[in-house]
Amino acid sequence: MAQRIDAKDLNVFYGSFLAVADVTMSIEPRSVTALIGPSGCGKSTFLRTLNRMHEVIPGARVQGSIAMDGVDLYGPSVDPVAVRRQVGMVFQRPNPFPTMSIAENVLAGVKLNNRKISKGDANELVESSLERANLWKEVKDRLDRPGSSLSGGQQQRLCIARAIAVKPQVLLMDEPCSALDPISTLAIEDLISELKNDYTIVIVTHNMQQAARVSDRTGFFNIGGTGQPGRLIEMDETRTMFSSPSERATEDYISGRFG
Amino acid sequence: MATLTQTPPAGPDLETLLTTTDPRRRRTDRIMRVLVIAAFCLAMLPLVSLTWTVVGHGVGRLDGYFLLHSMRGVFGGMDAGGAYHAIVGTVEITLLAALISVPIGLLAAIYLVEYGTGRLARWVTFFVDVMTGIPSVVAGLFAYALFAVLFGPGIRMGAMGSVALSVLMIPVVVRSCEEMLRLVPNELREAALALGVPKWLVVIKIVLRTAIAGLVTGIMLSVARVIGETAPLLVTVGVIDSINVNLLQGRMMTLPVYVFRQYSQGLVPCSGAEGVCIPDINIQRAWAAALTLFLIVMLLNLVARLIARLFAPKTSH
Repeated sequence: MAQRIDAKDLNVFYGSFLAVADVTMSIEPRSVTALIGPSGCGKSTFLRTLNRMHEVIPGARVQGSIAMDGVDLYGPSVDPVAVRRQVGMVFQRPNPFPTMSIAENVLAGVKLNNRKISKGDANELVESSLERANLWKEVKDRLDRPGSSLSGGQQQRLCIARAIAVKPQVLLMDEPCSALDPISTLAIEDLISELKNDYTIVIVTHNMQQAARVSDRTGFFNIGGTGQPGRLIEMDETRTMFSSPSERATEDYISGRFG
Repeated sequence: MATLTQTPPAGPDLETLLTTTDPRRRRTDRIMRVLVIAAFCLAMLPLVSLTWTVVGHGVGRLDGYFLLHSMRGVFGGMDAGGAYHAIVGTVEITLLAALISVPIGLLAAIYLVEYGTGRLARWVTFFVDVMTGIPSVVAGLFAYALFAVLFGPGIRMGAMGSVALSVLMIPVVVRSCEEMLRLVPNELREAALALGVPKWLVVIKIVLRTAIAGLVTGIMLSVARVIGETAPLLVTVGVIDSINVNLLQGRMMTLPVYVFRQYSQGLVPCSGAEGVCIPDINIQRAWAAALTLFLIVMLLNLVARLIARLFAPKTSH
């Protein structure tokens, strides 16, 4: 059920400010694509255009096209809400809903949409989603406790369970481990490599070792200077990117000479 | 690394450095502390004094008889009469005012926080600010004029008072609800949107649900703000001695107006021929009604707190 995504000549704006310019990239199905680059280079902004979350910000807009299996996500008849059901997202900071229990958080995508679900199906969905997020064993005895009672790493896995409970085709992750300790990070990285069998995953990360560990392909974004738009400098197999990148800037960034 | 292992330069040893505090800072701290406590006590003084006076004067006449009887047929210094008709009027008129203002105010706040950008939102904010400053008697005159246009001059009904109170209440509801909705973290909205939930459901099920404790408190405070209004009710609803439960017909009594009316009638001249005659009965009734109003507001606050606690986001406990 995973899909490929092709971005073509994509320009991303905040009002009149051009934040990301001229991105053309292909994201392969059933693989992990990592986006790396210095702060402010537009990788998170680009990521948010993939499920039309970018336009939630007032004044934000997009030029160019993003096609998921040939269908333009920004086509005139496309419903952004439907796009977000196909392209899930995990955020930088774990954000379980504070008014809901663990089980309710997992079911949020169903419940918030007023969709009817039988009790048995609900329990099954909670179990399978938490199982997939490697959280079931830790929380199965306290599903009615608030989501905020979990540790940071568990909360983030709860958010992943919540995202995959909607059964998306693509999963976007915006620095999902930056607020977590190394052990929780490892748990999530393991989870990512399991999930890529079924989903197309795009992950933004500041951690280059993480990009090297989990991703199949890596895209490097960079920015010319303050006020300049971010651009995709290079994109290739992760192994190639980290051993013999063709651009000088990529090599400098990866080897730690700047950024 | 080498510099770290060197012995520090000669001077006062570490213990004196860590134990001597800047005397100036310590003095300033003490002065500010006293000032803050004094300001707190000063702020409490009128509150305590007011509570003391109202309870002290009102408790004598506040009993079941007072709460359950109207002023119908009561005259002179008779040891009778109560505020039942005023309680009914206050509760009904305020309830209708809340029914009018809460939907309008809450929807306006939702518009301002979730949807409003640009000129319309700025104008709404501006007019809400202007409305906050409207003198209450002007709100009363507005309602009077409005109903005179709609139903002809000389019209009297409880609903007029509700409209007048709504004019005063709406800006307070908008303001407090706006503050509460802005407190809801944006992350939660984005988390729900990213799950493919349409915006209107995000507003209802995430934003309102998360903010409900604050919203209830804000609405209750706005009710408390208008429940003691006298002037607009005097202008619109008027004065009556008997019970009227119909908001759509005739004059109604309300507690603040009742207090005003009783107090302004003053002492009763007792000739001694009528039997029982209490010279200051009107003033006693005024205080008892004031205490009743006081208790109603307190009850509202307690209910608001209870609701707020019931709906507060679950914590880790």
